[in-house]
Amino acid sequence: MGSYILRRCAMMAPVLFGVTIIVFLVISLIPGDPAKAILGTFATPENMAQLRHDLGLDQSLPAQYVIWLGHVLRGDLGRSFILHKPVMEEVLDRLLPTLLLAGTALVLASLVGSLLGIVAAVRQNAWQDKLITIAALIGISTPSFWLGILMIFLFGVRLAWLPVGGMQEMFGGGGLVDTLRHLVLPASVLAAVAGAVLVRLTRGAMLEILRQDYIRTARAKGLSEARVIYGHAFRNAIVGIIPVIGLEAGYVLGGAVYIETVFQWPGVGRMLVNAISTRDILLVQGGVLVIAAAYVVINLLTDIVQSMLDPRIRQS
Amino acid sequence: MNTIRLSRRSVTAGIMALPALQIPAWAQTPKGVLVVGHLAELQTLDPAQAVTISDFRILCNIYEGLLHYKDGSLDVEPGLAESWTVSSDAKTYTFKLRKGVKFHDGTDFNADAVKFNFDRVTDKDHPYYNTGPFPFVFILGPIEKTEVIDPYTVALHLKEPYAPILTGLGGSIGALAGISPAAVKQYGKDFSRHGGGTGPFKFTLWESGQRFVLEANKDHWGGSPKLDGVVFRPIIDENARVSEMLSGGTDITVEVPPDNIETFTSSPKFTYYEQVGPHLWYLLLNTKAKPFDDKRVRQAANYAINKEALVKDILKGTATVADGVTPAAFGWAHDDSLKPYPYDPAKAKQLLADAGYPNGVDLTFYVTESGSGMLSPVLMGTAIQADLAAVGIRSKVETYEWNTFLGKIIPSMEGKAEIAELSFMTQDPDMHPFLALKTGAPVNSGGYSNAKVDALIEQGRAEIDPTKRAVIYKEMQEILYDDAPWVFICNWKQNAVSTSGVKGFELHPSFTTRFYKTYKA
Repeated sequence: MGSYILRRCAMMAPVLFGVTIIVFLVISLIPGDPAKAILGTFATPENMAQLRHDLGLDQSLPAQYVIWLGHVLRGDLGRSFILHKPVMEEVLDRLLPTLLLAGTALVLASLVGSLLGIVAAVRQNAWQDKLITIAALIGISTPSFWLGILMIFLFGVRLAWLPVGGMQEMFGGGGLVDTLRHLVLPASVLAAVAGAVLVRLTRGAMLEILRQDYIRTARAKGLSEARVIYGHAFRNAIVGIIPVIGLEAGYVLGGAVYIETVFQWPGVGRMLVNAISTRDILLVQGGVLVIAAAYVVINLLTDIVQSMLDPRIRQS
Repeated sequence: MNTIRLSRRSVTAGIMALPALQIPAWAQTPKGVLVVGHLAELQTLDPAQAVTISDFRILCNIYEGLLHYKDGSLDVEPGLAESWTVSSDAKTYTFKLRKGVKFHDGTDFNADAVKFNFDRVTDKDHPYYNTGPFPFVFILGPIEKTEVIDPYTVALHLKEPYAPILTGLGGSIGALAGISPAAVKQYGKDFSRHGGGTGPFKFTLWESGQRFVLEANKDHWGGSPKLDGVVFRPIIDENARVSEMLSGGTDITVEVPPDNIETFTSSPKFTYYEQVGPHLWYLLLNTKAKPFDDKRVRQAANYAINKEALVKDILKGTATVADGVTPAAFGWAHDDSLKPYPYDPAKAKQLLADAGYPNGVDLTFYVTESGSGMLSPVLMGTAIQADLAAVGIRSKVETYEWNTFLGKIIPSMEGKAEIAELSFMTQDPDMHPFLALKTGAPVNSGGYSNAKVDALIEQGRAEIDPTKRAVIYKEMQEILYDDAPWVFICNWKQNAVSTSGVKGFELHPSFTTRFYKTYKA
């Protein structure tokens, strides 16, 4: 087990290295640079040359990358061209809110998604199944930013039950209850799609397992229905569900970009949207690097959990 | 199943029955504090580094320049300088500084501080030049050196006469004169995150992506502001800004989307503000090649477009029709005798035929997806394309993202497109023509050249008497109106909305938000 985890950790480094090269190349390929974004219609050749020099953009692309990488290896992600502060500081400020939002959404999606999937499978073709299947279909096909705007209008503006955005009240806020109140809408919206996918997956897996011989045997032995469903069927279904939850982690981290914008959540996603439009290369690099690292770590954790649940993986 | 159906129906009915605007108790903001729905994250606390109007809307409350714009106009009045004189060669500006002014950190404002601030941004050998870059300092002109004459007198020496320096010093970038040198020395590169000025509010808290908090500077030389503090919330999505305003999460917000204005103007709970600014939205024409090398075709384009309809239907009244190159917001320099080109498709067709294009022309038209001050550029582009096509100026629209778009048209659009949308916002009537219309100017994308206009631009820069300067600019406007290097479309009217309890606020033509006199009733 230990060597398996070590091996997986060692694989993280090349993955992250590859990610930085791709991000650097992609953002260099889109036209315009921070100097142009800053100067806009005042981008005279003279102003541009001066600003590019001051920002260190007058060096060749490979040179810029090598300088950046050298700093990264020393734990320095550079300084944002636009926000005038160390990238590391900004990314760390933004990381916690994103992890809170994406983590809550993932837990919510996993619990509610698999529970509803079980109900749908057990009550196959009954009204519960139909209702859950339709709801899941709507969840999968609704764009999350649109759902977000709808929720804001309904619960924030019309009913005024919940705040329409932000992470804390501007005044007297900041406690656990306050943060949870702000978390409800964005986390639910973000969880909707991920949860809907899990509903369908769990339902399918459970239906297949419930037809197996050992389930019939368990029932014939006289075990309670709850024991059959949760003790026998779901324990086997979950082996197939866990890796999908790992993939869903990538989805909620990516989906956070829209949700954070709609709900003014102060996370990495919203920071990245701004950084891309202003061509703030180093901030984009730093943000993507951290998100990629989070994704890799979450996948590692799901693999570990899966190998604990399923001895066949450990042995292979 | 029946129960579910019933409860769902009753929830829906309940929502419909609720009043549209219900301000919940938990969202009330404290009385002494103004909460602002702000367009973007603050980028820097250093006015010498700042580049966006969004930053300057905050910074104008923290910093003061030597000069200051009067309420409601772009005319300068004393700021941190009580008076000033200009030498007869128009190259030396001498300022008498206000005494007894202190920076937020308690240090004294004096001539040494002013010299430090100008040297920092103009002298590459200055020990704190590396706290830059300072992209927009060029607006202040060719400053050669800054001289301390006595502790409260300072002189700016220019390499050549540059009359626009006064509006520059009164404007956003001019606020760099009032930076605390002690703070720059203390924080170095991180001054951008701490700041320090002399203004009516001082910086207290900055939480990335959440809030930016200012506190009243009770020791301000002009007296304490009426508010105890101001909180700027970065709300980048415009729908979210509207939702926050409706739910009571903010007291005031700027740049209300055209489609939402009605929501606020129709309710007594809100006050709506608007102010036209020194902004021009226009079409660049490539004057170096056919067909726009012919003045008649350029005039035809000006007659062909129904600007009234654009402003009314697309921009919903958030702009006024432009009458030429100099926006009316520059009261003193604007030629009031000019009237916008009327919408006259018949005359446009006639001019086109006179120029030798009876069957019309086929062109390329660059449109941008977004961009600072571009006001619904895609919708505008589509409507303009239709108006032009109706008189025979048929165009193929190519749409680009803003940065790409700028790269396509700067320094020149020659050989790529004949028409392009653009907008410009400046603080002096000199700047836009100087950068974009003078022969060979750096962003003269349409390649326009007119010796008489060139001469007038130069004269205007050198003339320190505002009355004589105004005469020069009015002559320039008349020539450019007739010669039509661009299609003049509209001037942006900036808007804002506040709850009706907010008093003592007005928008300023510089598009900054000054909260010194604001309070909540």
